[in-house]
Amino acid sequence: MNTLAILVVFLPLLGALLGSVLARRFSQAITCGLMALSTIFASILFVKIGLKEETLLIPLFKWIHVEFFEVSWGLQIDSLSLVMMAVVTLISFLVHVYSVGYMKGDQSIPRFMAYLSLFTFFMLTLVTAPNFLQMFFGWEGVGLCSYLLIGYWYDRESANAAAIKAFLVNRVGDIGFVLGILTIFVLFGTIDFLAVFELAEDHKNDTFAFFGDHYHALTLVSLLFFFGAMGKSAQIGLHTWLPDAMEAPTPVSALIHAATMVTAGVFLVVRISPLLEYTPLAREVITLVGAVTALMTATIACVQNDIKRIIAYSTCSQLGYMFMAAGLSGYSASMLHLTTHAFFKALLFLSAGSVIHAMSDEYNIQKMGGIWKYIPITYVLMWIGSLALAGIPFFSGFYSKDMILEVDWVSNLPVGKVAFVFGISAAILTAFYTWRLLLLTFHGTPRADEAVMGHIHESSLIMLVPLMVLGAGSLCSGYVLYDLFVGGSTSFWGNSIFVLPEDNVIEAAHHVGAWVEWSPTLATLIGIGLAYCLYVFAKSWPERLSMTFSKIYSFLVHKWYFDELYDLLFVRFSFKLGKIFWEEGDKEMIDGLGPNGLAVLSMSGGRLLCRLQTGYLYHYAFAMIIGLVLMIGWYFWM
Amino acid sequence: MDTLPLLSITIFLPLLGAFGIFLNWGNKGDNARWVALWTSLVTLGMALILWKNYNPMLSTFQLENKFQWIPLLNVGYHVGVDGISLPFILLSALLIPICILASWTSIQTRVSEYMIAFLVLETMLIGLFAALDFIVFYLFFEGVLIPMFLIIGIWGGPNRIYAAFKFFLYTLLGSVLMLLAILYVYFEVGGSDIPLALTTPFDPKVQIWLWLAFFASFAVKIPMWPFHTWLPDAHVEAPTAGSVILAGILLKMGGYGFLRFSLPLFPEASAYFTPFVFTLSSVAIIYTSFVALAQTDMKKLIAYSSVAHMGFVTLGIFTVDAQGVQGAITQMVSHGLISAALFLCVGVVYERVHSREITAYGGLVHRMPRYAAVFMFFILASLGLPGTSGFVGEFLVLVGAYQVNTYVTVFASMGMVLGAAYALWLYRRVVFGALVKPALKSISDLNWRENLIFAPLVAGVLILGIYPSPLLTLMETSVAHVIDQYNIALDSNEMMIKLNKVVDIALAQ
Repeated sequence: MNTLAILVVFLPLLGALLGSVLARRFSQAITCGLMALSTIFASILFVKIGLKEETLLIPLFKWIHVEFFEVSWGLQIDSLSLVMMAVVTLISFLVHVYSVGYMKGDQSIPRFMAYLSLFTFFMLTLVTAPNFLQMFFGWEGVGLCSYLLIGYWYDRESANAAAIKAFLVNRVGDIGFVLGILTIFVLFGTIDFLAVFELAEDHKNDTFAFFGDHYHALTLVSLLFFFGAMGKSAQIGLHTWLPDAMEAPTPVSALIHAATMVTAGVFLVVRISPLLEYTPLAREVITLVGAVTALMTATIACVQNDIKRIIAYSTCSQLGYMFMAAGLSGYSASMLHLTTHAFFKALLFLSAGSVIHAMSDEYNIQKMGGIWKYIPITYVLMWIGSLALAGIPFFSGFYSKDMILEVDWVSNLPVGKVAFVFGISAAILTAFYTWRLLLLTFHGTPRADEAVMGHIHESSLIMLVPLMVLGAGSLCSGYVLYDLFVGGSTSFWGNSIFVLPEDNVIEAAHHVGAWVEWSPTLATLIGIGLAYCLYVFAKSWPERLSMTFSKIYSFLVHKWYFDELYDLLFVRFSFKLGKIFWEEGDKEMIDGLGPNGLAVLSMSGGRLLCRLQTGYLYHYAFAMIIGLVLMIGWYFWM
Repeated sequence: MDTLPLLSITIFLPLLGAFGIFLNWGNKGDNARWVALWTSLVTLGMALILWKNYNPMLSTFQLENKFQWIPLLNVGYHVGVDGISLPFILLSALLIPICILASWTSIQTRVSEYMIAFLVLETMLIGLFAALDFIVFYLFFEGVLIPMFLIIGIWGGPNRIYAAFKFFLYTLLGSVLMLLAILYVYFEVGGSDIPLALTTPFDPKVQIWLWLAFFASFAVKIPMWPFHTWLPDAHVEAPTAGSVILAGILLKMGGYGFLRFSLPLFPEASAYFTPFVFTLSSVAIIYTSFVALAQTDMKKLIAYSSVAHMGFVTLGIFTVDAQGVQGAITQMVSHGLISAALFLCVGVVYERVHSREITAYGGLVHRMPRYAAVFMFFILASLGLPGTSGFVGEFLVLVGAYQVNTYVTVFASMGMVLGAAYALWLYRRVVFGALVKPALKSISDLNWRENLIFAPLVAGVLILGIYPSPLLTLMETSVAHVIDQYNIALDSNEMMIKLNKVVDIALAQ
């Protein structure tokens, strides 16, 4: 079993190393092949260990040992990490295969395949980490791969800018992560998950002196980690990088910026459930941030025209749902949504890629329309993804989203009801923007020019097969996993998720009233109906609405002005400050008063003394006389 | 112990090589190059033998050589290593051959003199880290300035004279104050032996002044804000190898000095000045990171980033806990590799294009994919990506600092964001983007010699990042010893104060 687990994690690394040096065909073959192996091994592990609710701890070797600070490399295999491993390897494998078709004709395919495999390796080290620091290693590693892949087409200025933005915004969040690790170490004397979680209850009343004040220790720790999670999972405030990350090739958007990496924040929050359970305040904050993000990003998605950006905002919004559930102790509901979302969001992105491919690299849905009969398979798959995203009954999203909203409703925390309202509203918007996308892309009269329309073609089989697998996942993953993840009597999660008895919202969620159960579906139907009204029956309305409410419209189109604000507050400010520190601080103050000042002083002092040396005898004689007079005078005076 | 004076051989071997070059004067450059390379490689081998013979379980000085030098003044030649000095000796021995290889084609005038300067410099560097006598230490410490002054002043850029003098006078000013303090210590102890001085307690009131005098020297060397302005100028004008040594080792003399002298000799003063050092360190990390963001010259940018990274070092040292101090040393070794590599990266393109201006570049990845990969690797190491040595050092410092002071930790952790900002921004402008500049159209990728230069640095950064145990164990006991002595001194001083109070009260009654 140990070897199997090690292989799952390290095969993708091997793939990355080999893939980067081999020629394109071999590179594709070796990375895909090793990913396939990794996927198979992960599923074997899932069956053999995950279903037995065991925890497997595989120590590897020492990393940083300094006095009492001891961290080693290792793998922790439990239900939680196994779910992530299965999702990550499967989606990654499909994306690898899809990329073979999608990236055909690209200049540097080996580099692309190597990045994808490297990403998978880092993601697997993240989810299998037995301690916070190794998790951070994976966390930064996936951030790096995301940076490299966003900037994959390095000729584009916009891609480079987006790449740096993604890295820096994530780094802001990472401050929280790092401080969280430090606080954990000071509190517990260790940063190994199992040891920390075992001690958590003993420290539930501790306070911690931080930045001049005393705080409830576990609340502080949880919020610091959550700040890190907000960066990675693109929650409000730190979400601005994700839409820009769509500069990456579409397979990357599917794998990294939808299905796996961005869910790392959710995974982190679920991982620290034994800490969160003792801090209702932190959980309320998490819920609230999730709820606000879910709604806010959904409003933005409603007015965007870039097909990938719409799905990107939808990702932010769905991640918000996951945090909502996790904050209210519905960790397993959160994980269920994470899993189903991985399928249908990867499907949506890859289908969108297929559309973009067919439309000769057109991203703007206003310039599409009427293409469904040319690419029927993509069209059907897009429908499946949309139905799952909107949460239409019996599609995968239905099970997980319903579960989350029910958790919201039954939670003991007062913010639960708020989250419920936000969640329902976001559900309406979700259905609306999803159908807006579908209708504008596939239906109506074609708005693309002749050349593009003449060129439309269904994607090759190597792209369609992964799509179909994902389609199957979007169809039935909810139904299949529901009982296992959140069923009434499930013990699947074992020790990997900890919930206090009084917070057992999952159990309570099974007993809500019928109207709570059906209100998400109703909300979805309203949203779909609205989209049909505006984009099929009354086509002039969208424009009229945007004219009438032009202020609100432009507020939404400009994404609530976050980018403009940050540009002003941070980017320009930093460059200006740098210049001031350099010109005024270093050159004027420090050099001017310091070395150069001294130099000038001694030069002018020297020059002054020079002037005394005139070389005229009578000057010297005069000086001597004055000196003599002064000396005699002083003698008499005394 | 060994009968062979291994340590002294290691110290003076480069000098012997320099003498060899001197004997071969008339020869063209190649001879001098090869002699210098072989000498430095053998020295590296010697340094590795030292490491093998060193027992990291003991906290005492080892591999000592000692004899009376000026008996009349009780000054001896005394050298030896412990877990704090050995990493720096290894680092010096590793970087010098790299420097010589890096200068292989870029230095074409006065090659013999250049190689002699580097070999003399190596002797001085290893000597100062191994010195266990104040006079020997001071001679080597100041001696370093001479070859460095010449390297900048003779083989440097257009504004080299200003930079060389600024560098020389600035550091000399600090060192002269240190000399005064050394003299005081010498008279107080009655000899110039360092181990002897380490066991001598000094009056806390005097300590303040002595500490400040040593601080003047080390703070300029390392350099701490606001004594850092000589560094960018020196770096910009120095030849590539000069920058490598300057950033790689010369800066570490300051950090080493703090650890070897300031903490153990003057514990009360160190404790007294800790908030002061913390403040300067935080300012250094944040202030210079912003300044780095505004730079248009590649070397200046990296120079400023060095100041920020050294901020972590001073922060770590003065936490005086195991994680902080070991983190600081790790950070110094790591920065020695990373900044050296970054200056070499600049050197590679400077040799081809003859410009350090960032705007002269752009889109290098099209013509130089291997260079782009190597440069990216070191950029990532510089911003402290986990898995590289940069992370281990920085993170350990933060662990150490967090236990002492949360404010300074939060400020320092902001360096993580700013460090990433200027590093990636530099990389983007130089390497990414479209290749449009005519001068870059035919630029060539790394050649085999350049690959050879980078290979050990890449390996070192990766190994220290993933498995830093060899380095951490090497220093563990010695660092623990310094910390223990420090705490004992502080405790006994506190006891004395309490005792005095009790006595006073008793007398009053």
